Amino acid sequence: MLMFEAIMLSVIAASTPLLLAAAGELVAERSGVLNLGLEGMMIMGAACAFAGTYVSDSIVVGALCGVLAGVAMSAIFAIFTLGLAVNQVASGLALTILGTGLSGLIGAGFVGQRISTAPQLHLPVLTDLPLVGRILFGQDAFVYLSVALVIGIWLFLYRSRAGLVLRAVGDNHTSAHALGYPVLKIRALAVLFGGGCAGLAGAFLPLAYTPFFIPGMTAGRGWIALALVVFASWRPGRLVAGAYLFGAVSILQLHAQALGLGIPSQLMSSLPYLATVIVLVLISRTRGIAGSAAPASLGVVFVPDR
Amino acid sequence: MPLVLERRSERSATIAIASPLIAIALTLATMAALFAILGKNPVEALDVYFLEPLTDPYSLGEIAVKATPLVMIAIGLSLCYIANIWNIGAEGQFLVGAVAGSWLAVRTNGTDAGPWVLPAMLLLGALGGALYALIPAICKVRFGASEILTSLMLVYVANFGLDYLVRGPWRDPHGMNFPTTADFDPVATVPTLIEGGRLHAGAIVTLLVVMAATVLLGRTIMGFEIRLVGAAPKAARFSGFNADKLTLFTFAVSGALAGLAGIIEVAGPVGHLQPDISPGYGFTAIIVAFLGRLNPVGILIAGLFLALTFIGGENAEIAIKVPLDLTKVFQGILLFYVLACDSMIIYRIRFISTLRKPAHADV
Repeated sequence: MLMFEAIMLSVIAASTPLLLAAAGELVAERSGVLNLGLEGMMIMGAACAFAGTYVSDSIVVGALCGVLAGVAMSAIFAIFTLGLAVNQVASGLALTILGTGLSGLIGAGFVGQRISTAPQLHLPVLTDLPLVGRILFGQDAFVYLSVALVIGIWLFLYRSRAGLVLRAVGDNHTSAHALGYPVLKIRALAVLFGGGCAGLAGAFLPLAYTPFFIPGMTAGRGWIALALVVFASWRPGRLVAGAYLFGAVSILQLHAQALGLGIPSQLMSSLPYLATVIVLVLISRTRGIAGSAAPASLGVVFVPDR
Repeated sequence: MPLVLERRSERSATIAIASPLIAIALTLATMAALFAILGKNPVEALDVYFLEPLTDPYSLGEIAVKATPLVMIAIGLSLCYIANIWNIGAEGQFLVGAVAGSWLAVRTNGTDAGPWVLPAMLLLGALGGALYALIPAICKVRFGASEILTSLMLVYVANFGLDYLVRGPWRDPHGMNFPTTADFDPVATVPTLIEGGRLHAGAIVTLLVVMAATVLLGRTIMGFEIRLVGAAPKAARFSGFNADKLTLFTFAVSGALAGLAGIIEVAGPVGHLQPDISPGYGFTAIIVAFLGRLNPVGILIAGLFLALTFIGGENAEIAIKVPLDLTKVFQGILLFYVLACDSMIIYRIRFISTLRKPAHADV
């Protein structure tokens, strides 16, 4: 039973950054913007969050630094893709390259330093419950925040007028513009929100996952989060299932290595990436019959007529 | 909003030519500001980065060595990007090409195999890269899976595969436990052009690739098809061009070129297979392709320029103590500016203020 608890705890820890990043990207994509720079925003979030916490000795300040870094990076993306009508795919790559470089610059002074990670919840009776106690009531704030975030996004998208407008902008920007909605402004806000979430996802890594900063520590999580949004068919509910599934795959390797099955560690390490390819193929294939679930204007440049 | 975009009535020919230069100028200005923030003298830093490598013969040779894979990969990627197909996994195809070609070098190591080894290695490298690139292409054509994400995921897989081989079955038994294969035999090595230098015959192969791409794009039906599908996908479909076939073709060609670049790099400047054979050539080549405006000759020039930044970055790390990551920052900023300048070929920025005077921004 301890094994079950240990596995569940590590699955949740591995899933949380994916869920946070993918949730923000989902909102941006629902508004019609494909921001491939998730990896770059995440690694900047990680570097700035570590720096913030190291300097201030406060997890909250660090997390805020991470969020702000993500927002700042996404602002660059918004200026180029929305303001200057630049191709979103190529801009996303530029953002990832830029973020990788900048995070290296910022993090250079902090490599090798340690911080204490975010505290975990402890409720008198509940946390000590057998089996589910620590899983449900013994997590850090990031985990609860990630679940709250997805619920909030679901309520926003499907139960609020603003969410309806955002989806309309993503599905048909020409009509939304004709109805008088400020398409570019709505998209900019969605992109900034996505950036903040990515920054928070990055912040989770040094603040709650490992107590130090390593250059490139996001290790492709931003790209996996992008695939998750496709996997979830742009729906928040399925995002949770997808994130935990991917989290499970990525920790499978650790436990398989501990069992000593004699499988090369490199094969196990490449599992999350292989799984992403396979899942993308399966999900795209089944969707071929029902038609694409992607927002119709996703990735299409919009320049309003005047 | 005081600034708005407005579609030009026709493409601006002036900006189409000037856009890479404007982008470089803007990048240099941004870098100067960044150097100032880092507490370095901007003039001195830019000099170390961009001018000093041009003044000594060793660095000039190194620029050509680094430009060789960059240009070769970027030529292949440009074919994809012209047709609006997004292969961003060239780094993985580069690694798989290196591995596929090295297989023969490892197998024939220490035997008296003849001069056929190198050509066979190059062929295997190109084949390996092409097959690896066909995975995302087939996933796209057959199942509709986004080639952007699958091609990138396969970069990580290739990295782990290479790591496994050089730490496991292919490790040099006399290599003091370092994760490398044994040094390749002379028959499995790309010859250098000048005795004692590092510039190798791969540079000539790259030049041939540039020429072949110019002919392909300008003089063949396939080249016309690639350009048409990119510029007017609907018209291309009506005229009976098969988009799926084109996806497979451009992916296979770009994968083959990336794989060829990979095996040439390993059999040339590196001399054996090891985990870190690429400082991100496959990703930098994306920038090279766009900076070269997806034109073969433009890519050749752009490749030399980005190779210069690799060398300049290494020099600057030693001379003025700035981190190597600055090169990535530079590359990211450059790509943003290049794309923005390209956008200005089709659009113009217009100020709508209380003065109703249209101002033509030159950005």
